[in-house]
Amino acid sequence: MNRFLLPAGLFALLVVVLFVGIQRAPQKNVIPSALIGKPAPAIRLPVLGGQGEFDSASLRGRWWVLNVWGTWCPECRVEHDMLLEIARSEVVPMVGLNWKDDDIAAQAWLRDLGDPYDAIPADREGRVAIDWGVYGAPETFLIDERGIVVYRHVGAMTREVWARQFLSRIPKPAGAVG
Amino acid sequence: MSRRIVPVLLAFWLVLSPVAWAIDPVELPDPVLQERYRALTHELRCMQCQNQSIADSPVSLAGDLRREVRELLASGKTDAEIREHLASRYGDFILFRPRFTAQTAWLWVTPVLLLLLGIFVALRIIRGRASLADVDPTEPDTGQDMGAARREDRRT
Repeated sequence: MNRFLLPAGLFALLVVVLFVGIQRAPQKNVIPSALIGKPAPAIRLPVLGGQGEFDSASLRGRWWVLNVWGTWCPECRVEHDMLLEIARSEVVPMVGLNWKDDDIAAQAWLRDLGDPYDAIPADREGRVAIDWGVYGAPETFLIDERGIVVYRHVGAMTREVWARQFLSRIPKPAGAVG
Repeated sequence: MSRRIVPVLLAFWLVLSPVAWAIDPVELPDPVLQERYRALTHELRCMQCQNQSIADSPVSLAGDLRREVRELLASGKTDAEIREHLASRYGDFILFRPRFTAQTAWLWVTPVLLLLLGIFVALRIIRGRASLADVDPTEPDTGQDMGAARREDRRT
């Protein structure tokens, strides 16, 4: 009896380890951002359509959201209605980084589907996306008033993710109700 | 006959050439840089197609990352600086060869520990067998002791 105790114990341990691994496997597909808790990389890019330049330094002192999108990205269309809803709520400014896209196509997309963004820097060569560690659109970052990256969501934005991961982190403005 | 077959063989030879299959045909002017570029791009993970290196991946992000590596090489950065540059943006996950940090220590140490444990267990078994062989089985009163010794071995 005694001599089976150790192998049986080890086997039970192995079962637990593998079971936990399988349970957690779906979350493993999402790679955590290396930028969490670090200063947000600067964005200095021409604005989509060509009038002027966007500089992320202009958002210092405010919480803001960066959404990485492109017309070539099917999931971006999925989340678009949710982005419009977020824009209507006017909680935080939303910057839409147009990643490796065609300006004409991007403008047509916003004309047809609606424009949720307060500013749209055009990252035509994908350099800013690399600075932000972007590996697949859509990705949405939350940046605090000190310019620190607080959270990143990979994949389409949903009402649940917005409420649980973004709204819960953004401080409510003084005097706001609820 | 052999004259005619030579061009055919040459054509097949072209198919075998790695250049024909290269995803990234860019050549850096300096052969030393080119070799470092080749080595680096093979040890950086393509984040979109996670089991390929950026050297082997045809997706556009891998192309952008190769461009990033080329530019960093051209600006005189060392291999370690280039790895750090990309890992600070994409996390250690982009490195196929994980660095030794507090988080990855178990990854490097566990195999060594398991090997030592294996050697320890193997030595015990071998020694156990050897001591069994030493005992003369013809002596009648040692039968009991042999079994006891074996059980003792297992328990400790």
